[in-house]
Amino acid sequence: MTILRSLLPVFIIAAVYFVAAMMVTNSYHQLLLTLVLVWACFGLAWNMLSGYTGLISFGHAAFFGLGAYATVLAQINFGISPIIMIPASGVIGAIAGILIGMPTFRLRGHYFALAMLAYPLALVYVFDWLGYQEVTFPLMRENAAWFMQFSDRRVYTAIALVMLLTFMIITRLVERSRFGMSLIAIKQNEAAAEAAGINTLEWKLKAIALSGAMASMTGAFYSIVLLVVTPQSVFGMLVSAQALTVAMFGGVGTVWGPVIGAAFIIPVGDILHAELGSSFPGIQGVILGMAIVLVILVAPEGVFWKVRDYLARRKAKRDGISDQPDAAAEASLATTAFEIAQKTTIPAKRTISDEIILDVRNISKSFGGLKAVEDVSFEVRRGMILGIIGPNGAGKTTLFNLLNGFIKPDQGNVFVKGTDMVGKRPHALAAARVGRTFQVMRPFMRMTVAQNVKVGAYVHAKSETHAEQLAEEAVHRVGLSAIEDQLASTLTTKQLRLMELGRALAGQPEILLLDETLAGLGHSEVGDVVDAIRSLADEGVTIVIIEHTMQAMVRLVDQFLVLDHGEVLVQGDPQAVTKDRRVVEAYLGKKWSENA
Amino acid sequence: MTELQILTEAFLQALATGLQVGAIYGLMCVGLAMIFGIMRVINFAQGDFMMLGMFTALFFFSMVTQAIFGPYVGPYVAVTLAAPVMFGVGYLIHMTLISGVTGSRTAKLEGDGHYAQLILTLGISLILQNGAMMLFGPQLVSIRTPLSSKAVEIGPLWGEWVTVFINQGRGIAAIISVIVIVCLSVMITRSRLGKSLRAAADNPDASIYMGIDVNNAHRIAFALGTMITAIAGGLLATNYPFHPFVGVEFVIIMYAGVVLGGVGSILGAFWGGMAIGLVQQLSTLVLPTQLQNAAIFVVFLLIVTLRPQGLFGRVSERT
Repeated sequence: MTILRSLLPVFIIAAVYFVAAMMVTNSYHQLLLTLVLVWACFGLAWNMLSGYTGLISFGHAAFFGLGAYATVLAQINFGISPIIMIPASGVIGAIAGILIGMPTFRLRGHYFALAMLAYPLALVYVFDWLGYQEVTFPLMRENAAWFMQFSDRRVYTAIALVMLLTFMIITRLVERSRFGMSLIAIKQNEAAAEAAGINTLEWKLKAIALSGAMASMTGAFYSIVLLVVTPQSVFGMLVSAQALTVAMFGGVGTVWGPVIGAAFIIPVGDILHAELGSSFPGIQGVILGMAIVLVILVAPEGVFWKVRDYLARRKAKRDGISDQPDAAAEASLATTAFEIAQKTTIPAKRTISDEIILDVRNISKSFGGLKAVEDVSFEVRRGMILGIIGPNGAGKTTLFNLLNGFIKPDQGNVFVKGTDMVGKRPHALAAARVGRTFQVMRPFMRMTVAQNVKVGAYVHAKSETHAEQLAEEAVHRVGLSAIEDQLASTLTTKQLRLMELGRALAGQPEILLLDETLAGLGHSEVGDVVDAIRSLADEGVTIVIIEHTMQAMVRLVDQFLVLDHGEVLVQGDPQAVTKDRRVVEAYLGKKWSENA
Repeated sequence: MTELQILTEAFLQALATGLQVGAIYGLMCVGLAMIFGIMRVINFAQGDFMMLGMFTALFFFSMVTQAIFGPYVGPYVAVTLAAPVMFGVGYLIHMTLISGVTGSRTAKLEGDGHYAQLILTLGISLILQNGAMMLFGPQLVSIRTPLSSKAVEIGPLWGEWVTVFINQGRGIAAIISVIVIVCLSVMITRSRLGKSLRAAADNPDASIYMGIDVNNAHRIAFALGTMITAIAGGLLATNYPFHPFVGVEFVIIMYAGVVLGGVGSILGAFWGGMAIGLVQQLSTLVLPTQLQNAAIFVVFLLIVTLRPQGLFGRVSERT
């Protein structure tokens, strides 16, 4: 219900549009009113994949064209009505999406965009070769309505309007659910999303299937409106560009964007084409191109976001809110941190059980000729804090990547609570309650603290409210409750480190892998974060932490594991390790050797 | 003539054509490699720069050089005249548009500005394609030289049979392509300008501290890349009819070549383009000609999916 209420302005605008469309009698204007809706639908389809996941597709014409050709060929060859073929095209589009997505999602960024371009271009040649240079719908004298051949063109506008409203509701439903949250997390930082327990491949496949289905249905409907299908008109470069343009112009990653874009660009382009097309063929493409260039240079995120940011700034100015961080929030943050520190000044007796929660056996990985990790074995017992130290390039981060599934080892096993997890992807390890933070911080910058942490909570949450509850708990545990509504982009390094810790915690981990959590922190801040980590350990979380600052570690860990050149140098309690001659001389250097 | 001889002849003919076409594609790819491989700017309009090079060369040919130098030398003089013009076009486009989404300004944009570059250059591409159609019309044209209908016969190689024909227009274009690439690689490895280009590409920040005008270096690299692809276009135009929308097909060919050769390597791009030319011509032995380009797209998809780092490159991602 809240979804429908949030779309109330949409329904009002749609009603006005409908009434206006019904009063138009000029058949050219009627067609234009229909086409605006069609391209808005196509823009929404593109937005579903590219807007939310950030994977730019140059190839949505592939889906569009498949829908169009399926519809026209089904009617010609089998006499099947478009009424059946439009939903059937949805199925075809979804299947095509999955088939295209499976190989193509291995690629990122510009490679993905270029690879997507190749699909429709190849299809142009294939359909040419098959002899479908120009396919026309046969005119139906009987049963015209059943074949969606209406003499009153206004019916098409009405159908397109219903289709657009459906797409908008679907988009809003996705946006407000775990689906959309996962996609946005993938867009902002795919590795972090995966480590937070999101099965990124699965969500991306769902997105491209849905997107392909929407695009394909739009293509099917488009073919009925125009009655003629040619490879260039449905698979061509301009078709893919159209989707991208209306969405980019209006605003990416919002239900409004493609609609605003279509409402502006389609009429302008078409009227220019109609007025000047005969004397200047191609004027439409030039205008489209100029619109794209202008938008990218002036408002790279589209009109919707530009206007919204502007309105927000004006409102802030009027209300006299400055951009300065709230002093009270800052103070309460300090107190929370202080409370945590208070709680742990007397080190609680942690109970380290005999249960081996993490058992790493003979794990090795080499990159080309470089042996990054060689034959590393160690055990971690439940409740302990294990510190992994070693100089830069010792293989510490690679070891973590092996443990939580970012890299597959060449050989060896990783047992988590007795189950071999080698070869499992990071999200599966998150589900098995292994959490992870990153050396280079990977926050979702455009999300608030609470949303960032919520992404991590989904892996064990039963519902939206449960996820919120888990997130709130985790935010509290790391002492960020006071700033939970701030955007991640406004936080300090320490707050970001704590937030990442919170995101990992929200997945209810039993083992936490912390990668240089103290890096880049000032002296006093180190103390705060160390205290937070210690209090987690007191609550029973097993912690494996990488660090190369020795000092902070000595008072935190129960055991050290020293790595050098990818091999284990020694494992033991802090006193023994710091006094070990090999470690002191080979790794810690002369300064420590003298002090020892 | 036996079955085997027919097959051999077809194969050798496709191989010879593939090597010639491949050399021109290689030059094209080197142009893109300057822009994409070295500066890491994604240029979607590269195919349209090539198309523009074709039309510019045609313009000079039909207006000036055909009358002065005749139909044999004229086309190549026209390409030589078109080159500096296209250098200027590239320089201006970089200055007014591309610099807005590259270099230091990309920090705030998503994906290091790659999305912005893709979409901006898509816009430029649409303007160039449709603008060219408004100016020159949609019909197929070519730079007409009698050379493209003359061939050198090699053979008979096997008894009295198996003769390979080398189209003179294409052969000369291939030879010029190789010469241009040799000149370019000498320029890049030896000259002061070439060294500053490589430095600016390798590590922009360090180059700034060393007193290199990085923005200017990037602009020159972009202009050079535009020019080289345009030269390849002009050479191709002597034996390949073209129209304003010819660029789209070649964008994929170029990216396929650059990726195959390994991103960042100029000579790699040449061999990548050569490989694509060979694939295209050899595929005619087994596929209908209409599917020639579809075959390239499939090869491109296979390359980026299986070995996005190219044949020689390596990937590494830090977490």
